[in-house]
Amino acid sequence: MKRPDMSVEIAGINMRNPVMTASGTFGYGEEFAGYVDLETIGAIITKGLSLKPRAGNPTPRIVETPGGMLNAIGLQNVGLEAFIKTKTPFLRTVDTPVIVNLFGNTIEEYAELAFHLDRVPEVAGVEVNISCPNVKLGGIVFGTDPKAAYSVVRAVREATVKPVIVKLSPNVTDIVEMAHACADADADALSLINTLTGMAIDLQKRRPVLANVTGGLSGPAIKPVALRMVWQVARAVKLPIIGIGGIMSAIDALEFILAGATAVQIGTANFLDPSAAQTIARDMERYLVENGIADVKELIGALEV
Amino acid sequence: MQFKSMVISNTEASPGYYRMRLTAPHGLSTSRPGQFVMVKVRDAIDPLLRRPFGIFDLGSSVAEFGDGSEQTYLEILYRVVGRGTVMLATLHHGDHLDILGPLGKGFEQGTPTEEKILVGGGVGLAPLYYLAKELVKESPVRLFIGGRTREDILCVTEFERLGVETYVATDDGTLGVSGLVTEVMERHLTEKNQAKTMFACGPMPMLKAVAEIARRNAIPCQVSLEAYMACGMGACLGCVVKGREHEDYRPDYRCVCKDGPVFDFRELQWI
Repeated sequence: MKRPDMSVEIAGINMRNPVMTASGTFGYGEEFAGYVDLETIGAIITKGLSLKPRAGNPTPRIVETPGGMLNAIGLQNVGLEAFIKTKTPFLRTVDTPVIVNLFGNTIEEYAELAFHLDRVPEVAGVEVNISCPNVKLGGIVFGTDPKAAYSVVRAVREATVKPVIVKLSPNVTDIVEMAHACADADADALSLINTLTGMAIDLQKRRPVLANVTGGLSGPAIKPVALRMVWQVARAVKLPIIGIGGIMSAIDALEFILAGATAVQIGTANFLDPSAAQTIARDMERYLVENGIADVKELIGALEV
Repeated sequence: MQFKSMVISNTEASPGYYRMRLTAPHGLSTSRPGQFVMVKVRDAIDPLLRRPFGIFDLGSSVAEFGDGSEQTYLEILYRVVGRGTVMLATLHHGDHLDILGPLGKGFEQGTPTEEKILVGGGVGLAPLYYLAKELVKESPVRLFIGGRTREDILCVTEFERLGVETYVATDDGTLGVSGLVTEVMERHLTEKNQAKTMFACGPMPMLKAVAEIARRNAIPCQVSLEAYMACGMGACLGCVVKGREHEDYRPDYRCVCKDGPVFDFRELQWI
């Protein structure tokens, strides 16, 4: 049998397969180069970037929980200038699309960052992280207010001609409403879900385990929630969707595709197995071969309900 | 590198402390003292994350099975503290584990012939054995080892067999001198006045005391830190420590896994 067609396209970004690495779990690609062949995965999404460097939160920042982990890193990153100077030279050498996850404290910061990244040739597109507080609007989180989400996505949209992906937070009552707001603002694609807010307590010390008190839950524990949200959003909006949430295997990844995702992102799995994305892409292809499926795109949204 | 390893032995060194010997690929033998490995204690999603362990020993021996060729082995020393190490302690000869390593930056071994002072607290002794094995080839080595009680004092015989002069201190006086290991070590410093380098690994209060002694006496000192970490390769940024303002170093968070686990004490903020 001919090799199945694993390629997918998201908003003009052509990927050799649907497997991307999730922001914040794969550094800037370079960290993993010794463990994974970066040219076997669909796309690399880099660590959340802000205009200026950010130190991040005090420690402890992470804790393992049943089937998952909580993190409160606090968006520590090198900032735009150092990213361009020290991270893009390596990324330029890799024949795989690089998508930059970006965030800001104000709409203007988001737009300015998108504007600068628009001129960086190594950047194939941006993923807008709308899970941070809007300092100007008194800390309201862009990702939980549809009007704020619309405004920030619109501002990014106008600042760049590159594909704009919006990463949705699951910490909302109605994720479909958020998805509609982003679609109305002319986003090119949606990625979901970001982490679920949670907490862990140390009974002995009577204190929260994380210095930040709460953190974002990721890993296999959140997969059912993520699948449900991908399915809901895929039915409601026309935009391509990137499924994220506890994907550890090709089976998990294919479930997201059935639910309506065009591509997937591997997050926490990169921590336990730095070659996870490569392995998952390979195993997805094997599944297609074994089941006589010629094109992975046949499976997108093929869930029978 | 990422490799499948077989447990050769897993024995209780002292109540609650285990030494595990594992098969390793030949490539691991280039690891430097102070580097560590990330071990997946079980092939399952729970516990989810790997556990970091300093390299306690690395060497080669004639393979137990096969043609009598050399087999590289790796040893870790661990204390049973949580779910992951409880599971590790149940493993037997022939069980398999998935391991990543060597990771991190090891110890700079300093000027040969100069006296080397090692300070270890409890299970913090782990990376110092492999270090001592290298250091004794060129320098006199003294080890100061501390713990709450005699059961926390590990592997003294092994160090002595290397020719390391070993001093023991326990909080309750059940073994060696009664008191803090750092006090014993500082007394030794003031007695002898030749050039030395210090290497320390253990609980934070002990490391703080060692750093203070190093500063007061202007002795070069490297500390090896322990931290919770998810990836071990500088991606998750979960294991950071705050770097100190210093002309040679940037004053920001540094990854224990990638910038460390060994740091020059001057790189860190100790408050």
